[in-house]
Amino acid sequence: MEAVYRINGKEKRFDISPGDRLLDVLKDNGYMEVKGDCYEGLCGACTVLIDNIPYASCMVPAAGVCGAKITTVKGLGDITNPHLIQQAFVKYGAVQCGYCTPGQILSAYALLLRDPDPSEEDIRMALDGNLCRCSGYAQQVAAVKMAAEMMREAENDDRA
Amino acid sequence: MTGRRSIGINEEKRDAMSLVTGQAVFTDDISLDNMLHIKMMYSPYPHALIEEIDTSKAEAYPGVAMVLTNKNTPRVIHTTAGQGWPEPSPYDSYMFNGKMRFVGDRVAAVAADSEEAACEALKLIDVKYKILPAVLDAHDAMKENAPVIHDEPEITGAYDPKRNIAAKIEMKVGDVGEEFKKSAYTVEDTISTQYMQITPIEPHVTITCLDEYGRIVIRTSTQVPFHVRRIVAQVLEIPVKNVRVIKPRTGGGFGTKQEIILEDVCAYVTLKTGRPARAICSRKEELMSTRTRHPMEITVKIGADRGGIVNAVSMHVLSNTGAYGSHGLTVASNTGSKSLPLYNKAKAIEYMADIVYTNLPVSGANRGYGAPQAYAALEQVTDELAYKMGMDPVEFRRKNHIREGETSPVFKALGEGKEGVEQIIRSCAMDELLDRGAKEIGWHEKHGEHIRNGSKVRGIGMAMLMQGSAIAMVDMGAATLKMNEDGSFNLLYGGTDLGTGLDTVASQIVAETLGVRPEDIIVYASDTDLTPFDVGAYASSGLYISGSAAWKAAMSVREQIIDVAKEMLGEIDGKDFVLEGGRVISRSSGKSLSLSEIACNSLYVDNLHQIIASASMVSPYSPPPFAAHFAEIEVDEETGIIKPIKYVAAMDCGQAINPELVKGQVYGAVSEGLGYALTEEYIFDKSGKMLNGSFADYKIFSARDMPEIVPILAETYEPTGPYGAKSAAEININGPAPAIANALYDALGIRIKDFPLTPEKVLREIKRKR
Repeated sequence: MEAVYRINGKEKRFDISPGDRLLDVLKDNGYMEVKGDCYEGLCGACTVLIDNIPYASCMVPAAGVCGAKITTVKGLGDITNPHLIQQAFVKYGAVQCGYCTPGQILSAYALLLRDPDPSEEDIRMALDGNLCRCSGYAQQVAAVKMAAEMMREAENDDRA
Repeated sequence: MTGRRSIGINEEKRDAMSLVTGQAVFTDDISLDNMLHIKMMYSPYPHALIEEIDTSKAEAYPGVAMVLTNKNTPRVIHTTAGQGWPEPSPYDSYMFNGKMRFVGDRVAAVAADSEEAACEALKLIDVKYKILPAVLDAHDAMKENAPVIHDEPEITGAYDPKRNIAAKIEMKVGDVGEEFKKSAYTVEDTISTQYMQITPIEPHVTITCLDEYGRIVIRTSTQVPFHVRRIVAQVLEIPVKNVRVIKPRTGGGFGTKQEIILEDVCAYVTLKTGRPARAICSRKEELMSTRTRHPMEITVKIGADRGGIVNAVSMHVLSNTGAYGSHGLTVASNTGSKSLPLYNKAKAIEYMADIVYTNLPVSGANRGYGAPQAYAALEQVTDELAYKMGMDPVEFRRKNHIREGETSPVFKALGEGKEGVEQIIRSCAMDELLDRGAKEIGWHEKHGEHIRNGSKVRGIGMAMLMQGSAIAMVDMGAATLKMNEDGSFNLLYGGTDLGTGLDTVASQIVAETLGVRPEDIIVYASDTDLTPFDVGAYASSGLYISGSAAWKAAMSVREQIIDVAKEMLGEIDGKDFVLEGGRVISRSSGKSLSLSEIACNSLYVDNLHQIIASASMVSPYSPPPFAAHFAEIEVDEETGIIKPIKYVAAMDCGQAINPELVKGQVYGAVSEGLGYALTEEYIFDKSGKMLNGSFADYKIFSARDMPEIVPILAETYEPTGPYGAKSAAEININGPAPAIANALYDALGIRIKDFPLTPEKVLREIKRKR
């Protein structure tokens, strides 16, 4: 069957089977920034945003989200124009091996969309589904705090 | 250090921007045309012989290219442990074999056009097993009439396979019996540690293909590219020259990737079919079938005189290496050699270990490599001794720890699977670590206070730790550095960055030596065709060995640059040159040249040559980093749940080349150590089958589980390390188990003798005490 998605702002049409997982559909079509690991919805490496809500894409039937807006980490920014959250992760040492990083950044992005000034507990709650073995999460939490601050400042500058 | 521009700064990690923007950098981020997908079939029995195996239906399944079993693959006995040659692990493994030794042993594999086809075809393989009696407990392994797990005649390098003993260690310095008799106080206790695994989030994954000359290219998530090349060549019976191994970015390793798990099978499929092949482990396969931390039962006895000085220590270990002996000898060597030198006042030291085979999952390398088990026991028993003497646990450690200028006979007596090397401690800030750590946790205000809030009681505990920096006289890494027209440099080295930031600190070291910026160093690593040899990333060797190799190459390039400058400036006899800010400056004449002018002159103008150097690093020392850890916990007497509240990790790693990256190592190791202490364990059914092969019930720490962690870096200068650095990677995983256990004792006066410290065990112990 043909499925239409809006991925990172661009309309995409894929031929999918009813049982396909969104993760596999994305990877088969070159979205290698979405990492696959446990295929049980437990590690968070395959997190994408579906209409700005983070989901483990390994647990999402691709056919069930036809027409949805899907965001991967490449949808936030690229090397020449990274998003403030991506910049904060680089600046505050929040990246070690980087395998869980795309998922963490997307979870953080979704949090900051709905709450521009989250508490540490809110940040930890938002990152709780993105397991990381390298980091102990401290530098990610700090990075998200700083990103929130930078985003609020950027917003204020825009308004001024 | 004055004038240093690239050392001790938080240089941004070189690959961080690529990683946060999702560039295709990992092994599995490519897909090759016509690629085969490999899936494995595993033994359902812990100990069995394959009597018949019929693969005809699987071979006939649409899309199947090949079914691999012991009947159609090379029978080459080897070890899967990715160690230097000759490996200290026994040769007891085959690519495929007719004997199954644990639930999860490899029976067969299918290579097919798709993963789905491979999975379907696996179901069509008929196997008739002859089930054998199994050994499912390390204590049973050496018993008379125990089933013999490795009864095939080809096995070599195992101590006594007929008695299921993979390896044995005996080390004695002085007479512990005599010294215990003389001791005013002695304490003995036995602590057990569990089956667990550090589970990097990227699983084992390998993609192979043939290059245009028919050579096999292995793209793989590994810690040991050069050992992979050697062992795959060995197992496939092909020359090393026909194999190229490339390590892209790696999604964590922690020891589990110091092992050849998928590479041989993948390469063989490519060799036989000519097609690219891919194999990736699921989380269940990772947990059940790759490599775990050796479970150990450790009996420690310590004697001390009236003043609290340790007279004698003995440590007796029963280590379970599971179905194969991978890293069995060397992990258990480390259990003694990375812990006992701390208590170097002891006049007598005894270390004995039996490393036994069982029909359980295979143990191997895991961050800490035997030391976490040692400290789980040793640092509890030292605590018990301090309490028995009525001495403050911190004061007890302060009286006894090894110091700068001192040595321990253990360094020489116990190496990695063989004798070690003598060494004097050249840097040690343990007193400062104890002071600062105790102050940060509030030791003197809180220890022994049992602060209570309803059913919840606070406790604090501590532990003193060391590790090493690489394996002395064994680990070697090499680097090549060449200069470009714009004054930039290519660093080509075998260093294996697993996400730690090794490539970044290597660029900082080279930049410092050549007076340029770290971003002027282009790092290319871990490609057996293009980079020099390196044993790989293990034993806390990355910075100390690979980083030193880069430093030595840079020193040699620096000389060559100065030689060109002398000619260009007409100062052939000049002596006083410095490299700074991208220029070579003659101090005597005040004249200077840019590195770009030097490079262009050497490449195009005069006395044409490439400014380039290669260097190798091997160390006669393995300088220990030191740490003092302090944990504050809250234990609920009603639920038995231990909640870590605050964790202080004070570490002396020499000069921190990049403090932010060092802190990352501390945070990560502590979080893994907390899982080891509190939640992570394999649960087996009666047949030795692991039951919790998923993150749903193999519990690792998540963002909300973590306590506040305070890293303290007490920097010293290690004269044998690059710019004064020692290792930082492994040491901090050693602390949480004993520190939390000691905090539990402080809170409730109970000790649980087997890890992890689960709520069930805490409740049982509370009840027993009442």
